[in-house]
Amino acid sequence: MIKITIDGIETEVPENMTVLEAARTVGIDIPTLCFLKDINEVGDCRMCLVEVEGARGFVPSCMQKVTDGMVIRTNTKEVNDARKNVLELILSAHEKKCLSCIRNGNCELQDLAQKFGITDVEFDGAINNKQIDDKSTSIVRNTAKCVLCRRCTSTCQKVQEIGAIECVNRGFDSTISTAGNKSLAEVNCTFCGQCIQNCPTAALHEKENIDEVWEKLKDENTVVLVQTAPAVRVALGEEFGMPIGTNAQGKMITALKRLGFNKVFDTNTGADFTIMEEASEFINRVLKADKKKPLPMLTSCCPAWIRFIEMEYPEYLANLSSCKSPHEMFGAILKTYYAEKNNIDPKNIYVVSVMPCVAKKFERQRPEMKNEDLYNVDAVITTRELAKMIRQANIDFEDLTDSGFDNPMGEATGAGAIFGTTGGVMEAALRTAQDLLTGKDLEEIKFEEIRGEKGIKRATVNVNGKDIRIIVASGLGNARKVMEMVKNGTAEADFIEVMACPGGCIMGGGQPIKSSKTRRKYDVRKLRADALYTIDEKSTIRKSHQNPVLQEIYKDFFGEPNGHKAHELLHTSYAKREKYL
Amino acid sequence: MEENKCKCGNSSKDKFMGDLFKDFKPEKDNLIQILNSVQEHYGYIPKHAQEAISEFLNMPMAEIFGVITFYSRFTLEPKGKYNIAICLGTACFVKGSEKILDRAKERLKIEPGQTTEDGLFSLEETRCVGACGLAPVFTVNGEVYGMATVQILDQVIDQIMKENA
Amino acid sequence: MNTIEKIHKIREEKRKELELRIKTNCDTREKHILVCHGTGCTSSKSPKILENFRKILEEKNIENVRVIKTGCFGLCAKGPVVIIRPENTFYAHVKPEDCEEIIQTHIVENKRVERLLCKDIDGKLVEKLDELEFYKKQKRIVLKNCGVINPEDIDEYIAFDGYLALEKVLTQMTPEEVIEEITKSGLRGRGGAGFPTGKKWLFARQAQGDQKYVVCNADEGDPGAFMDRSVLEGDPHSVIEAMMIAGYAIGANEGYIYVRAEYPIAVKRFQIAIDQAKEKGILGKNIFGTDFEFDLHIRLGAGAFVCGEETALLESIEGRRGQPRLKPPFPANSGLWKSPTLINNVETYANITQIILNGADWYSSIGTEGSKGTKVFALGGNVNNIGLVEVPMGTTLREIVYDIGGGIPNKREFKAAQTGGPSGGCIPAEYLDTPIDYESLKEIGSMMGSGGLIVMDDSKCMVNLAKFYLGFTVDESCGKCNPCRIGTKRMYEILEKLTNGEGTLEDIKKLEELTKTVSKASVCGLGQTASNPVISTLKYFRNEYEEHAADKKCSTNECKKLAKIEINPEACKGCGLCQKSCPVGAIEGEGPGTKRHINQDKCIKCGTCISKCPFKAIH
Repeated sequence: MIKITIDGIETEVPENMTVLEAARTVGIDIPTLCFLKDINEVGDCRMCLVEVEGARGFVPSCMQKVTDGMVIRTNTKEVNDARKNVLELILSAHEKKCLSCIRNGNCELQDLAQKFGITDVEFDGAINNKQIDDKSTSIVRNTAKCVLCRRCTSTCQKVQEIGAIECVNRGFDSTISTAGNKSLAEVNCTFCGQCIQNCPTAALHEKENIDEVWEKLKDENTVVLVQTAPAVRVALGEEFGMPIGTNAQGKMITALKRLGFNKVFDTNTGADFTIMEEASEFINRVLKADKKKPLPMLTSCCPAWIRFIEMEYPEYLANLSSCKSPHEMFGAILKTYYAEKNNIDPKNIYVVSVMPCVAKKFERQRPEMKNEDLYNVDAVITTRELAKMIRQANIDFEDLTDSGFDNPMGEATGAGAIFGTTGGVMEAALRTAQDLLTGKDLEEIKFEEIRGEKGIKRATVNVNGKDIRIIVASGLGNARKVMEMVKNGTAEADFIEVMACPGGCIMGGGQPIKSSKTRRKYDVRKLRADALYTIDEKSTIRKSHQNPVLQEIYKDFFGEPNGHKAHELLHTSYAKREKYL
Repeated sequence: MEENKCKCGNSSKDKFMGDLFKDFKPEKDNLIQILNSVQEHYGYIPKHAQEAISEFLNMPMAEIFGVITFYSRFTLEPKGKYNIAICLGTACFVKGSEKILDRAKERLKIEPGQTTEDGLFSLEETRCVGACGLAPVFTVNGEVYGMATVQILDQVIDQIMKENA
Repeated sequence: MNTIEKIHKIREEKRKELELRIKTNCDTREKHILVCHGTGCTSSKSPKILENFRKILEEKNIENVRVIKTGCFGLCAKGPVVIIRPENTFYAHVKPEDCEEIIQTHIVENKRVERLLCKDIDGKLVEKLDELEFYKKQKRIVLKNCGVINPEDIDEYIAFDGYLALEKVLTQMTPEEVIEEITKSGLRGRGGAGFPTGKKWLFARQAQGDQKYVVCNADEGDPGAFMDRSVLEGDPHSVIEAMMIAGYAIGANEGYIYVRAEYPIAVKRFQIAIDQAKEKGILGKNIFGTDFEFDLHIRLGAGAFVCGEETALLESIEGRRGQPRLKPPFPANSGLWKSPTLINNVETYANITQIILNGADWYSSIGTEGSKGTKVFALGGNVNNIGLVEVPMGTTLREIVYDIGGGIPNKREFKAAQTGGPSGGCIPAEYLDTPIDYESLKEIGSMMGSGGLIVMDDSKCMVNLAKFYLGFTVDESCGKCNPCRIGTKRMYEILEKLTNGEGTLEDIKKLEELTKTVSKASVCGLGQTASNPVISTLKYFRNEYEEHAADKKCSTNECKKLAKIEINPEACKGCGLCQKSCPVGAIEGEGPGTKRHINQDKCIKCGTCISKCPFKAIH
């Protein structure tokens, strides 16, 4: 511990702490903009400048480490003026269309302007280079709203290790862009959407699909079915002021019904199907050595991960499970089995998926995701978009009563719920695989070693006398590390689960955006993950293959898992994709 | 499409790139050195070279593009047959090189950084070519014209136009 | 024979041969024709001159005359320059077709080609180089070999005590003693801020690390400064030797020199120098029989002024966008690839061998209290003798501009001198007698910078000049931090408004506020000093700003948009041609013979009428 003085307060803090962190220990919240712990520590925005006795000029508190006896002043007129002037400069170059901005009310720049009491921007002049990229299915870029904080590029380059975006040009013309200033759709972007999660403004945001959903909801001839991913229910409440980690499933369903969806279903049921198919596929791969179906098997429910393999490791496409992702499987079932049962022309069915993800918007329109010339899913909206629709419909979310999912497809297992967090798919698959292989109903269903926040987790599970070596990775940077291990033969794994977003779908690119301040105060990932594990624990059925809905549909419709019909509707294949068009 | 892609110099089109890579280890530190060579050879950094470098150094294209667009020596488009560069270093500026630049813009009807439609001329503002003793200067394809005037520029442009008519 | 002995032998033999280069009273029948191959002279065809001399000598079968390419003599305004030794005759503005006459008249007939001799300011013909006023007040330490030796021949460098300092250091001095000597000399960094060089070396020596690096900053980006280039072109080995000495002192065995790619000649000569030093066994392992080893690499810049900032330079060497790093950590502790790294600029290194050979006391006897040694300036702008000058610290601006520079041409008045380039400021006439050193320049709102010294006469508008520098900074800001990226742009926009006659007094206030924010809040030296041209012109020429803002007037007429076009009623014959040509109908007056006048509210200052007037009545 070392002694320092901040604004006259003498205190002791650990060595290696930054001035910013040290100030927080005594209740001083120095403003920041570009700073994101461990991801973007660059000291560029200059909002966190402080005075340090003996130092030449102002010092960025986010980078400056404390030293013994350091005297720091965070609140002098000089330093406040400098910060305010810099903020005004940032505002002067920013496209200030706040009232019509997608981030209005949830913008860190707006928060700062308010905090500093800026009523009028003193400087005027050219605004940042304007480049709008709305060509991709998932992400929209508007560089005129960019504050050049580099939080997105750091995330893309250092966390996800993709490097689809970078700062290009120089000086005032600097802008965040892609190789050749192309659309994200034409470069190596996987659409994971982590850049959106880290953008303090609306320079990066999802491509909205709300309008077409409203359109279909109005159309009386269309049966509009909605399904919601596991991660959505544990985050949606945040958009309405509920604590992080609140399970708002009941209110969410009520809201969806009020919005006019004909039926509200649970993607968790789709996840149960995925487990049936994927676990069976895995057992087949283990039992039958087939060059066309090699090990390790790679999970396939994450669309950004699929894009990643298609572009970066096409030589391992055969290792990908052929299973479609849960909502696509569910969509396929709704337009076949469900349509048949309820006597609806599948052409009149419109399936909407509410997802924590923007890559799902891309997945939805892949040509592979069609049966009988109909898309399995017709629209994907994110958790944020759903919240927006609820607000647009004047629904007071917090006061809603709970409802349940519609039957007969509404029943899902705890295994389906944990799909939303890293390790969840693997855990769910193991529960089913071990039962299928042993023919028993085993009680050991918790796999602690693959839970938690670590980016790469390893475990060996003995199933029916055979050791199954597994790896669970989340975040594409970790995924790349794992794939390199696979490539150089050091992976030693039979089954690998990957989710592109660090922490899994609960931290997906379509989830409510948390400010850097909130992220500092709360472990958002853990709170949301815990909520999912609680759902699992409270479920009466926690193994996918025991889901009665699923059992009935297999009996009535599909026959065997991995059977002919299942293959036709629930499986697909992928092909190499050029990184740069 | 496929044959345009460089596989480290195996296709004949990219023999230059393949040969160039023999001089370098595949380390990111070498990016600027490689780009300098490419700029020198092609007069700009073509996309196929960017792709080849991306593969050779195993780095994303965006990062390479970020470097190219940071340094003013690197250009993304081929220059004209005659590249006129007006020195705007202080010594030249004080001696009125701005007037020469204005004249060049007027004559060629292009802005600095652009190339005329017929590909004959491109115009560039440069910082100090080091011939301060001869200020103001401009260069045409590297050849220095010292103690320059608007008249000298006109003569040079007229001469080139005549030769290429 | 070991390396030391071999080098001693070369020095001894070669020195005799080259005595005539530095002495006029040599007992020799040989003559050396030195042809300047600095960038300036090269661009005005000095290689052709060299070729012609050699051809003619061969044709005429003349012996005992050698033609040698050298680095820059300094007096670039008189280029291409040819000097004939030992008599030291200085020929200016030589053309390739003059070679014949020079050989015939000077060499064969032993007369002088008078038409090619230089005239001094007073119009007197001057034959010898050192008789020129331009040279009299100079003291050449850094440039001592420039224009004397062939930079592409290591033996010529060795002849004039080259690599003797290295030998001394490796065989007689401990690293600590070397650092002590440099510290005692009082040498300060010549790159701009003037940090004490010895201290920098000491920090790098004390830093922990198995691998350390020595870096030479040759990214001379200051527009109008070319001293580093001249050293690299004229005396590359002096930098190599100094970098090796630095390597020995701090414990580094690898060095990088970062040179602008826009300096092809410098790059080529430096590479030749490295190759020759390796060949001689000077660079490599077991240097001079000791266990010291050193390797040296060239890295080319690619056109970014900010890479002259030391941490941006490191980023660039590592292959990235040249965006400065935050300091601390300083490069001495965490530099190239996070290893302890010593960075000095070319001119700083070029002083080292002389300090080692002549001693710290000798060096510190030159200059002022706080600034020792000499400083090389690239003298340019509205001054007669444009070129490179090296003067003791403490020389006054007046001496440089008037004695060395030969004053202001075209009978105009001195208005200001600009030092430090875009990081520096303008010095008005009232400070002409200030002795120049690091402190005094800072006190009067400028800085040493790398050594550009641009003289401006009274035809220059200071608001426009500030705009020029800000334009440069806007172009060259890396874009990393907001105060510099946006702040310089906003300053530029205000200056543009002022020079266009759209500015207000309020804008001047905003400008002042911006200078403070940008100086105080920017990350690196570029941003922190970017406001200096504005601050200093505002300080000394505020009236010009106010004139632009309040009266929409530019007394120098440099700001075109503020220029008024008027018709001289005395000269106007009322032909009406101007009226017909005016695109906006701003010219009033009717009928033949009626004098026309311009409605200033309508006039767009296109100037069409001026060119149409047959009587030159419009100005």
